[in-house]
Amino acid sequence: MNTIAETRSKSLLYLEDVSVSFDGFKAINSLSLVVEPGELRAIIGPNGAGKTTMMDIITGKTRPDTGKVIFEDTIDLTKKDEADIAQLGIGRKFQKPTVFESHTVWDNLELALNRSRGVFATLFYTLSADDKARIEEILSTIRLTHRAHEYAANLSHGQKQWLEIGMLLAQEPKLLLVDEPVAGMTDAETAETAILLREIAKTRSVVVVEHDMSFIRDLGVKVTCLAEGSVLAEGSIDFVSSDPKVIENYLGR
Amino acid sequence: MISGFILRALEGRIVVTVGILLAVAIIVPALNLLTAPDSALHIPTYAMALMGKYLCYALLALALDLVWGYCGILSLGHGAFFALGGYAMGMYLMRQIGSRGTYGNPDLPDFMVFLNWKELPWFWYGFDMFPFAMLMVLVVPGLLAFVFGWFAFRSRVNGVYLSIITQAMTYALMLAFFRNDMGFGGNNGLTDFKDILGFQVQAGGTRAVLFAMSAIMLALCLIVASAITRSKFGKVLVGVRDAESRVRFLGFRVENIKLFTFVVSAMFAGIAGALFVPQVGIINPGEFAPANSIEVVVWTAVGGRGTLIGPIIGAILVNAGKSYFTGAFPEFWLFALGGLFIAVTLFLPKGIVGTIQHGWNARKAMKAAADAEKGRNAGAAPVTQQAQAAE
Repeated sequence: MNTIAETRSKSLLYLEDVSVSFDGFKAINSLSLVVEPGELRAIIGPNGAGKTTMMDIITGKTRPDTGKVIFEDTIDLTKKDEADIAQLGIGRKFQKPTVFESHTVWDNLELALNRSRGVFATLFYTLSADDKARIEEILSTIRLTHRAHEYAANLSHGQKQWLEIGMLLAQEPKLLLVDEPVAGMTDAETAETAILLREIAKTRSVVVVEHDMSFIRDLGVKVTCLAEGSVLAEGSIDFVSSDPKVIENYLGR
Repeated sequence: MISGFILRALEGRIVVTVGILLAVAIIVPALNLLTAPDSALHIPTYAMALMGKYLCYALLALALDLVWGYCGILSLGHGAFFALGGYAMGMYLMRQIGSRGTYGNPDLPDFMVFLNWKELPWFWYGFDMFPFAMLMVLVVPGLLAFVFGWFAFRSRVNGVYLSIITQAMTYALMLAFFRNDMGFGGNNGLTDFKDILGFQVQAGGTRAVLFAMSAIMLALCLIVASAITRSKFGKVLVGVRDAESRVRFLGFRVENIKLFTFVVSAMFAGIAGALFVPQVGIINPGEFAPANSIEVVVWTAVGGRGTLIGPIIGAILVNAGKSYFTGAFPEFWLFALGGLFIAVTLFLPKGIVGTIQHGWNARKAMKAAADAEKGRNAGAAPVTQQAQAAE
């Protein structure tokens, strides 16, 4: 549809010189980062490096003090709020799985579907055949078809994480921000999640924040290491993990 | 579109409750009007008036359930919307008195003559017309809720802070309405009503119709509330209650969702107030008292919030208990109410209906599990098919 914009587009997400401080503490310190369309990017860094704050800034939860946050080369995200940004096509997965526990798995996905989200549109919404097919497709992607009609509260921790990823897929975002997707998962679930994320990254950009180094290795993608609110090193996992600054700041600890 | 919206509302329990309400709307007035006073089946007028009052309270509790039970907004000021609806109706009834007041002024209600006012204040214009007054029953509470909610939800005031400002809102309105120069009868409020639509307010037939209207409006509002909560919008509402930030990051405008629900709820409360006033014959600033709004929360919690039917049952039961207690042991009522709230919080946190529903679901789940077990043994239908059939 918007092929011209797409071909012209060099970056999906562009952060330049972004800083934000809370009560004098610089959580993000002139951070610059570029995510290309279709890229899967991993972000690592010690606690307090500003990973979650960075996601807050991108999704409109926190306003940066200075710096540029540009989506698709033209849209200034610092002027928008969470709902706007979500509708633009940036999905966010929280660190703690956040799903609607008193709804069924199916309803969780139905709510997340990228449809008109106005009050009256939702009041008079009826499930169309297309939407049904889409939900079924996502259910099989996240391997929850057999539990579609159970309450989300009854899912295991790992399944809740997948459900949340499924909700993000239903949102059809161009960029997916995923905060520690494998925290608290078993090894089998972790490996499965790596496959799932790689599958998702085929059709959209994904940024994953993670602590689990073996999981990052499984993903096999470009890695950005943050520390004290700015980029410390960027490159392949082997390049980054051999960087002396990274070893001192993060891996060595 | 609309028909689908309403049809979705008609789930089993809702249909049964609506059926009961409609039956009550016919049977109670019939037993009051058509049976002899010494008959065993006779319902005396005072009892019918009392039941009519309970139905108005039930509608108020239903209104609160929509915002509290489904959207997680604990409003401690719903009495204000109820009272405003009541005042709108009261103003109509005052204008109907005409020159039959003590001072015989055809335009000014007695209290205005007493205050030496020469002409009707502008905000009393139009209230001599029934349709206009009924419109105001919806518009005034709705508008207050809209303005209040606009600011509160936009600035993301949540939880206990929101509860406190709703409480402050009703308290401020109470103080304002107590003032004589507000033009709403001050301390005494509005009373001495004569006619409604040309019928005597005190007449048996009028009372019977008012009672029936209370039951019918409660049934209608129940259908609307059920339609709202069973739509996709209703699921979003529950989402806001359980995980507000998730809803926001899915791209929904949480403030609009809350605002819409708050306004609809305030209108329900306004309707309840408007039906209440002609049946009790008075509206005064006491209806704005913060304690009234808190009592509504107790009824809703006792019945079971987030169930729609529960608050109706809760309001009727608690108020029937109140009528009994205040007659039999007047000094113990407040202790009983306090005790009831503690007991429900401790032993029935889901309320009466919520607890029954929970037990029912647990039994159904157990049965389904047993069936699935049987099915697996016979090598028959997998669980997914069953679940799809249920959908």
